[in-house]
Amino acid sequence: MRPEREPHAAPVLSVDNLALRFKGAPANIIDGISFDVRPGETLCIVGESGCGKSVTALSLMGLLPRSVAQVMSGRAMFGDRDLLTLSQRTMADLRGNTISMIFQEPMTSLNPSYRIGDQIAEVVLRHRNVTGADARRRARDMLERVRIPAAASRLNDYPHELSGGMRQRVMIAMALANDPAVLIADEPTTALDVTIQAQIIDLIEELQKETGTALIMITHDLGVVAEIADRVCVMYAGHIVEDGPVETIFDDPQHPYTIGLMSSVPSVGPRSGRLATIAGMVPAIDDMPTGCRFTPRCPFAQENCALSPPVLDQHGPSHRAACHYAPLETVFAETGS
Amino acid sequence: MRPPTRDRIIETRAVTKRFPGRKGLFRSSAGVSAVNEVSLDIRRGETFSIVGESGCGKSTLARLLVRLLPPSGGEVLYEGNDISSLSDAEMRRLRKDLQFVFQDPFSSLNPRMTVGALIEEPMKVHTSLSRAERRRKVADLLARVGLRPAFANRYPHEFSGGQRQRIGIARALASGPRVIVGDEPVSALDVSVQAQVINLLEDLKDEFDLTLILIAHDLAVIRHMSDRIAVMYLGEIVELAPNDALFERPLHPYTQALMRAIPIASPHGRSMNVSLTGDVPSPLSPPSGCRFHPRCPQATSLCASEKPVLTGAGTGRAVACHHWETIAESTQAPVREPPRSTIAERRFALFRQRSQRQEPVTAATETENQAFREE
Repeated sequence: MRPEREPHAAPVLSVDNLALRFKGAPANIIDGISFDVRPGETLCIVGESGCGKSVTALSLMGLLPRSVAQVMSGRAMFGDRDLLTLSQRTMADLRGNTISMIFQEPMTSLNPSYRIGDQIAEVVLRHRNVTGADARRRARDMLERVRIPAAASRLNDYPHELSGGMRQRVMIAMALANDPAVLIADEPTTALDVTIQAQIIDLIEELQKETGTALIMITHDLGVVAEIADRVCVMYAGHIVEDGPVETIFDDPQHPYTIGLMSSVPSVGPRSGRLATIAGMVPAIDDMPTGCRFTPRCPFAQENCALSPPVLDQHGPSHRAACHYAPLETVFAETGS
Repeated sequence: MRPPTRDRIIETRAVTKRFPGRKGLFRSSAGVSAVNEVSLDIRRGETFSIVGESGCGKSTLARLLVRLLPPSGGEVLYEGNDISSLSDAEMRRLRKDLQFVFQDPFSSLNPRMTVGALIEEPMKVHTSLSRAERRRKVADLLARVGLRPAFANRYPHEFSGGQRQRIGIARALASGPRVIVGDEPVSALDVSVQAQVINLLEDLKDEFDLTLILIAHDLAVIRHMSDRIAVMYLGEIVELAPNDALFERPLHPYTQALMRAIPIASPHGRSMNVSLTGDVPSPLSPPSGCRFHPRCPQATSLCASEKPVLTGAGTGRAVACHHWETIAESTQAPVREPPRSTIAERRFALFRQRSQRQEPVTAATETENQAFREE
């Protein structure tokens, strides 16, 4: 069963028409994206490298210097505050507190020269008015909650003494230590083996159920998406090309990129012929196509695709896709068999 | 001397690789046996895959199979001849036949050599082709892997990950090999590029009559590409079976756990199941008896004391477990992706049809807009 959702609750984070541009770049790296996430909900942002999913996360966390990544438009409302306009000092108060993040490679995000207990306690001390002993107790509780065996003695371990899966558990403990309202996870299981990945996903789901945290999960793995998502945003080259509930995205994919992505993943069932492929690759920022950015790779592209960017059209309850020709089967006929 | 009818191209007999420990003045550490007495056959023309989690020894085994590493014990036979101890000249001849494609296309190509020189190098060593013939073959190979012949004058850093992997594949093909080992050849690539490279590897295998040995941790890739699969755990093969048999009815508890942990790309699929707790133990001090027993839900006292050997378990399969027959009775459902919705299927078919009509999928079109030097 998926974690409890509160579909009618107000969004805890609401991103509206966010556009970002790196200094000196000819095009926006993120170009007008909007999404909401509600308490207890899991939103997966899917796409290939270079589509802007990590940049989105970093900008929400205030981890991209504004001198480098300029906000061209949009808002990111977290409660009644716009994350994009907050000062560095205010952001630092929120980060690790009410909004936190876990990264792909836990080894590089943990400080190698501090004991993990101290690192977790530090996050608690930074944001809460507690004593050192309380913070340490909280650290131990958190290690227990992320199911690290012999938590009390593990507090004194250094990151290098832990396996990859254990390190990711420590990162999760640290991220959740202050009961954040939003947790952003950027490919948290990509570096892990499949059995360890299953453990971590399971843990994230369970903790989310316990705490009601809203989760934004960034991943390229459609298997992980199917496993954990309530809602999905498919990103391509800085645009959201399709979004909707997870069942809808898999059962009624509308955008050619979503369709291409799904049909190029090998299946774990019996083999069914050659894989479909999407020609070419994600465009570089200095070579962004005009109009719909998927045009050069799209097998359905027509002349007007390169001229006018499609908007996200409604295709069902909370299901939107940005394609001039969706649904495809109403426009393109299958050629004779 | 190679009898052409022989169907086994590579065989190992109890091959072992130990890496020595550190010897220090005050402290010495024990060695690791990364591969422990592995015996297997690789058949001519098949795609043989080795799966397992990090640290299980799959990359070491792959390197032993093509003599990129010398074994510390046991034998590796290529075309019936032991290749564990060869002279330099014999090694060179062997290298012509046995080639390797690495996981990381960024670090496996010399950044100071042009793509043309990188692909030409194996021909210089292994063939007597003239300079002009070599140049022509470089152009052919580039075209064959989906790159423009004019790319020969460029350097590796000018290419994307997928393109570099194509260059690595062209280089591996240059000596006219019979066996290619791919060590996680697609795991660093994005999904859409990964599909291109998987299709390319399959086409080339047919075209050049290759035997493919594939190392991967992504079970969907393995499922798609393999004829037979060996599952490794802590330096040993725990199960060996034809592709369908392994996925339809895994016998070893470890294989079963792996299968249950695969996330299925469908919201209507079964949820992945965490049946394995803990981490892979350190190979420095492997558990007694069956190396999987501390994590095995079905372990008994026998498993802790006595090591199970890899024994036949039906047609073409083998398993190393004391209890596989009793475990097999309570088999789990095979890994299946539930059927797609009709409308999704229809759109996939449309996509497939139209993408085949697109200009042939070549990586050459990828950098069309970038200026590059023509000869």
